[in-house]
Amino acid sequence: MDLSYSEEDLAFRDEVRSFLSEKLKPELAEKVRLGRGLTKEDMEYWHSALNSRGWLAQNWPKEFGGAEWNAVQRHIYEEEAARADAPRIVPFGLSMLAPVLQKFGSKEQNDYWLPRILSGEDWWCQGYSEPGAGSDLASLKTKAVREGDHYIVNGQKTWTTLGQHANMIFCLVRTDPSAKQQEGISFLLIDMDTPGVEVRPIILLDGTHEVNEVWFTDVKVPVENLVGEENKGWTYAKYLLTHERANIAGVGFSTAALSTVKRVAKAVNDNGKPLMQNPHFAARLAKVEMELMALSTFNMRMIAAAGAGGAPGLEASMLKIKGSEVRQELNDLTRRAIGPYAMPFASEALEGSNQPIPDPFDVGDATGEYFNNRKISIFGGSNEIQKNIIAKVTLGGRA
Amino acid sequence: MNFNLTEERQMLSDTLRRFLADKYDTDRRNKILESDQGYSTEIWSGLAELGVIGALFSEGDGGFGGGGFDIAVVFEELGRAGVVEPVLDTAVLAGGLIAATGSSAQKELIESVIGGETQLAFAHGEPQSRYDLDNVQTVADTQDGAIALTGRKAVVMNAEAADHFVVSASEAGGISLFLVPADTDGLSIQGYPLISGGRAAEVTLDGVKLPETARMTEAGKALPVIEAVMARATVAQMAETLGAMETAVRITQEYLGTRQQFGRPLATFQALQHRMAEMLTEMQQARSALINAAGHLEADRNERERHISAAKGLFGRIGRLIGEESIQMHGGIAMTQEYELAHIAKRIIMADHRFGDEDWHLERFLALSAA
Ligand SMILES: Cc1cc2nc3c(=O)[nH]c(=O)nc-3n(C[C@H](O)[C@H](O)[C@H](O)COP(=O)(O)OP(=O)(O)OC[C@H]3O[C@@H](n4cnc5c(N)ncnc54)[C@H](O)[C@@H]3O)c2cc1C
Repeated sequence: MDLSYSEEDLAFRDEVRSFLSEKLKPELAEKVRLGRGLTKEDMEYWHSALNSRGWLAQNWPKEFGGAEWNAVQRHIYEEEAARADAPRIVPFGLSMLAPVLQKFGSKEQNDYWLPRILSGEDWWCQGYSEPGAGSDLASLKTKAVREGDHYIVNGQKTWTTLGQHANMIFCLVRTDPSAKQQEGISFLLIDMDTPGVEVRPIILLDGTHEVNEVWFTDVKVPVENLVGEENKGWTYAKYLLTHERANIAGVGFSTAALSTVKRVAKAVNDNGKPLMQNPHFAARLAKVEMELMALSTFNMRMIAAAGAGGAPGLEASMLKIKGSEVRQELNDLTRRAIGPYAMPFASEALEGSNQPIPDPFDVGDATGEYFNNRKISIFGGSNEIQKNIIAKVTLGGRA
Repeated sequence: MNFNLTEERQMLSDTLRRFLADKYDTDRRNKILESDQGYSTEIWSGLAELGVIGALFSEGDGGFGGGGFDIAVVFEELGRAGVVEPVLDTAVLAGGLIAATGSSAQKELIESVIGGETQLAFAHGEPQSRYDLDNVQTVADTQDGAIALTGRKAVVMNAEAADHFVVSASEAGGISLFLVPADTDGLSIQGYPLISGGRAAEVTLDGVKLPETARMTEAGKALPVIEAVMARATVAQMAETLGAMETAVRITQEYLGTRQQFGRPLATFQALQHRMAEMLTEMQQARSALINAAGHLEADRNERERHISAAKGLFGRIGRLIGEESIQMHGGIAMTQEYELAHIAKRIIMADHRFGDEDWHLERFLALSAA
């Protein structure tokens, strides 16, 4: 057991810091810090900056052109990037699809798709959920029928994050309607420019457009776009979900949020004193900081175990639960701290509408972020579903 | 002891509920939320015609109510329907201050407020004050019988629609109140929408000149009346929040009963059942705390404020619980702008940002209990 950074770790941290100070444009960091909506160009810029440095595919094995960082390196990057207000890496191609292709895809698929993920030529989105299939994902209905060398896809996906920017979607589709639910599902890559694909926006409660409905009407998909075997998609989907969960602890974000709350709580008046001296507020803040200190180590322990070949297991579920709770609590504290100034609607939808929104504590859209981040205990397998998984494995019985 | 509403109050409650069920559905509300004005003139007149505004003033002031339970009954219904029209700001807060402390000339405004023709706003909070009632840096300067107000007021609800403002300012070592027509020179308004509906503004007072007749209280003596009217407004807002909680729980209950996952209704999962039970239990606590507060509005200052802080502190905690849990138990659907629950949950949670939040009232409750 050694909790300190080695010489190499420290050298790596310096490298990350100098990369960030060189490549992260102040305007972009400011947008991230204030929770303003990033444009597609903003996100593409950041991906390409990381890619030029060889740091975009942090968790891919070297053989696929990845950085293959160890646990400490990933932790260092996450912490430094969050501290510097760097945009998050859009996960769909890089840390969701890619691991599936690398484990289950053909050589041709890897050779073709992986470089396009790195170069930004393809923007991927995740087509799992449907209106009737959320937590019960295996009940999905979108169907793909084989006709010659194509599948014909019909159905609807929903909650598709950043689908408005994407040109590719990886989907779970039903290929065998007669099989048991989990056994008739396949994993299909669909070009969103194909006739019959339609994307419709969903506006979230904080006024943002980040999710969409995606409709498929007689969409022709070449059979080469099937990943792995037909009707084995559920296995791949579950594999992907463990990766989705592993990235969800959000320690970097929480660390950055903690320092924002502290800054604001020192500046804000409460009963004639700084809010930080309100014992009730201070106790809330201290409690979440204690959790975050432990979570950070929990997160590293998990990444280290995964790096050493241990598959992320129940701990991934636990990390997802704790990570979302800590982050949501910090979002709550920021909104709480700014008092009446939490009420103005600082949504991106209103940007440029020459109605400046007052922001005396320089926190940006803190309330919007609080409401928006209610999602993190809902998506990627809700916290209830994570608990069911943990309970089922440990106690047996039905989940 | 009697926990039943009087017949008149029950009637008012029923009529208002029917009116809103008929006129204030999700589509209508979403249109109002998207509108530039932020509220509907038609709904406003409708509420006035029903006597909703009159019910918030005493007979002496031209109304037919004005008691704590009149306020509670009206606002519970407004909250139940997620109404964003500025009844609280016009009638309870600014209107309440005029009724409590205005000169007889100033009180003439009340008739048109009750009739729905006049809108008001109370410009009190400032960028530095957060929830503290006595933190007023706007100053009132009197020279040769003319008063000049200078300062900035923060997040003033209903400022753009208001025909008149009640403005607080520092003077004579205390706080004074003034009635200021919205079109007075030197008063400027920078408006914006609010995340839970309605609009507010930053109001700048740049040497706003007023005659002596604009004064509402003796110089520097307004704090007690501000506190008393704020107590009424807090009761109104808690009642509104309680109504909204009822709606949140009702929508969640219905949704859990119909939404199927894993081949059965969500309502059959015990993990969710217990949480529904908890929400219902906490809501009973909230209702009881509200009754305590409304029933002590006429009590001595300390007794009254202790009940206000006890209740508002509890509402902060319970509001967050019900707002967050009702979203969580719905899943993704509750995250969408146009779904009714999203609006209702935002109203419930954002209620903690007016008249003091949970921690602020906890601190205040301790101080009042020690006194
Ligand atoms: C902002 C956002 C972005 C998203 N992005 C994507 C995306 O890019 N791609 C994608 O495919 N999906 C995405 N999702 C969808 C997300 O994965 C689903 O919302 C999630 O799986 C939950 O499904 P649901 O919303 O249908 O809720 P439901 O499954 O209907 O669940 C409702 C509630 O019931 C609970 N519940 C359900 N079953 C049980 C049970 N057995 N025991 C106890 N409680 C239970 C849930 O935990 C939840 O609290 C996104 C969702 C959101 C909100």
